Amino acid sequence: MRIEQKFKELREKEKTALVTYITAGDPSLRLTVDIVAELEKSGADIIELGVPFSDPMADGPTIQRASERALRSGTTLTGVLECVREIRRNSEIPIILFGYYNPFFSYGLQRFSEQAYEAGVDGVLVVDLPPEEANEFKIHTDRIGLDLIFLLAPTSTTERIKLVAQQASGFVYLVSVTGVTGERPDMDYSLEPLVEEIRRYIKLPVGIGFGVSMPHQVRKIGRFADAVIVGSAIVKIIEKNGNDEGKTLRELGEFVKKLSEACYKSL
Amino acid sequence: MKLKYPDSLGHFGIYGGRYVSETLMPALIELERAYQEAKEDPTFKEELGYYLKEYVGRPTPLYFAERMTRELGGARIYLKREDLAHTGAHKINNTIGQALLALRMGKRRIIAETGAGQHGVATATVAALLNLECEIFMGLEDTKRQALNVARMKLLGARVREVSSGTQTLKDAMNEAMRDWITNVRTTFYIIGSVAGPHPYPAMVRDFQSVIGKEAREQILSREGRLPDLLVACVGGGSNAMGLFHPFIEDKDVGMVGIEAAGEGLETGKHAASISAGRPGVLHGSKTYILQDDYGQVRSTHSIAPGLDYPGVGPEHSFLKDIGRVSYTSVTDREALEGFKFLSRTEGIIPALESAHAIAYVIKIAPQMPKDSVIVVCLSGRGDKDMNLVSEFI
Repeated sequence: MRIEQKFKELREKEKTALVTYITAGDPSLRLTVDIVAELEKSGADIIELGVPFSDPMADGPTIQRASERALRSGTTLTGVLECVREIRRNSEIPIILFGYYNPFFSYGLQRFSEQAYEAGVDGVLVVDLPPEEANEFKIHTDRIGLDLIFLLAPTSTTERIKLVAQQASGFVYLVSVTGVTGERPDMDYSLEPLVEEIRRYIKLPVGIGFGVSMPHQVRKIGRFADAVIVGSAIVKIIEKNGNDEGKTLRELGEFVKKLSEACYKSL
Repeated sequence: MKLKYPDSLGHFGIYGGRYVSETLMPALIELERAYQEAKEDPTFKEELGYYLKEYVGRPTPLYFAERMTRELGGARIYLKREDLAHTGAHKINNTIGQALLALRMGKRRIIAETGAGQHGVATATVAALLNLECEIFMGLEDTKRQALNVARMKLLGARVREVSSGTQTLKDAMNEAMRDWITNVRTTFYIIGSVAGPHPYPAMVRDFQSVIGKEAREQILSREGRLPDLLVACVGGGSNAMGLFHPFIEDKDVGMVGIEAAGEGLETGKHAASISAGRPGVLHGSKTYILQDDYGQVRSTHSIAPGLDYPGVGPEHSFLKDIGRVSYTSVTDREALEGFKFLSRTEGIIPALESAHAIAYVIKIAPQMPKDSVIVVCLSGRGDKDMNLVSEFI
């Protein structure tokens, strides 16, 4: 509900939704709560919380290292849900958990879905769970009212777009490149026709991520997409500042403000 | 018992399937179609048969290990000599098949992961043979343990990419190969080396490796006039085991045992026995038994044999374990070393440390079996690559 509501609000404001990714527990779950508050204050519209996994096959070096730091600080899925509860004491920002299937599967799909909803999670995106395998998870997320968010990629055929159309909720996450997560100086803006094709079959907002890190990229993408997802560039700020919490929050705030400004279509 | 697996989405019961990023899904579907077509195409069969015979040197012998049999005093022991295949292990049965498929699909760049380096060498070899560009991903830890194979791959013209993330072994090499594939999926063919990974790999690699069991079946029938009582093979990802077992699956009187790596002992946690000590999960594109902690994080593994040092196992093995068709057990590093020495001294055959796990089990079980019973054990590779590793134990 929070996701749908957020997109509705943003349409009225003529703003592209700014989705910011951080890995939960990097460098600690306690700081994650503060970071989320800072992101929201600076203009982030949706929070993507990465659930760390030992084998992040679709991630580039930056998020791999964030996952390793989070696991070293003792982060578990139980801890991530506790963190969401903590965030929910002061915030109604939509929260999506972003991760790999095994930690969810291992937790128990029904148990996870119930507890995630109760903690205040709005949606789940599982990188390595394509629609063909999603049913055993979706029966629980649907019943409980969590959005299960699916990926599409530049390699996706019309056939696959239709398949995702049958299952997707919340929004559709279009991966901008054939590749892993990470910043790229040269973005491919030729995605516009693909976005148009997706819209023919899927009546949900379309977000674009992987490789997006700079305000001018955000601005260009905003012309044809409903949301932009920025991850590695944010995680890098957290990595660079290590334990200097004040500096981490300050720099994140400045960076996200610039991204958020670039999201207003009229400016 | 008629087993028709996997289903059209690659499921072996609840196992297998395709758990990968959307970016790779179209490539897997394309691969599945290309493989189906190739399987039906007599030209492909002929070409594969030609290379297996003339280049790999098949059929490999089924050798009666007479001294070993006498010393153990029980079952008659036959060794399926995959160590005599070109490059010294069974891995080439699969790489030649997949490389021919890559050519058919017009992909001129191939990548592969490797643990012990045997699959890497077998991939680099066929890349040289067929003039394909080749990159091999190998954990930093393994490049040190298996320096000889790194040199072989480089000599064969492959680029060896050292993987320094995670545990620096096979699983991380596979992560890195997957990342490369996600990035270069349009031009690149990923040759997975075991019956693991997303559909269609487990079934396709099994089919290519089934030449082991098909030959062994004919050979034992002509030598003994009957089927064996027991098949034994080591299981890391499980490709040599699947290759030997599969053509016998419907012969219900043929027992089958897969031998996992117990490392320093299952109780120490330092092992790689995914089926014996793991539980179902999802890793590297398929649902299968994996070694993981309480929160679903994949555990680091240990085995003296780099080719077994992997926290997962092919999904068909998980299925065969659950339905009780194959039983799985494990032997320790120490027992494997005993097997290594035993076979060297009794038969003049130095086995790979991986295969030595199967030998170690035979040493335990053969004496308990009647003298007219027959064991076929897959000697999946030769041990030259392990000489540095074992020299301190001899």
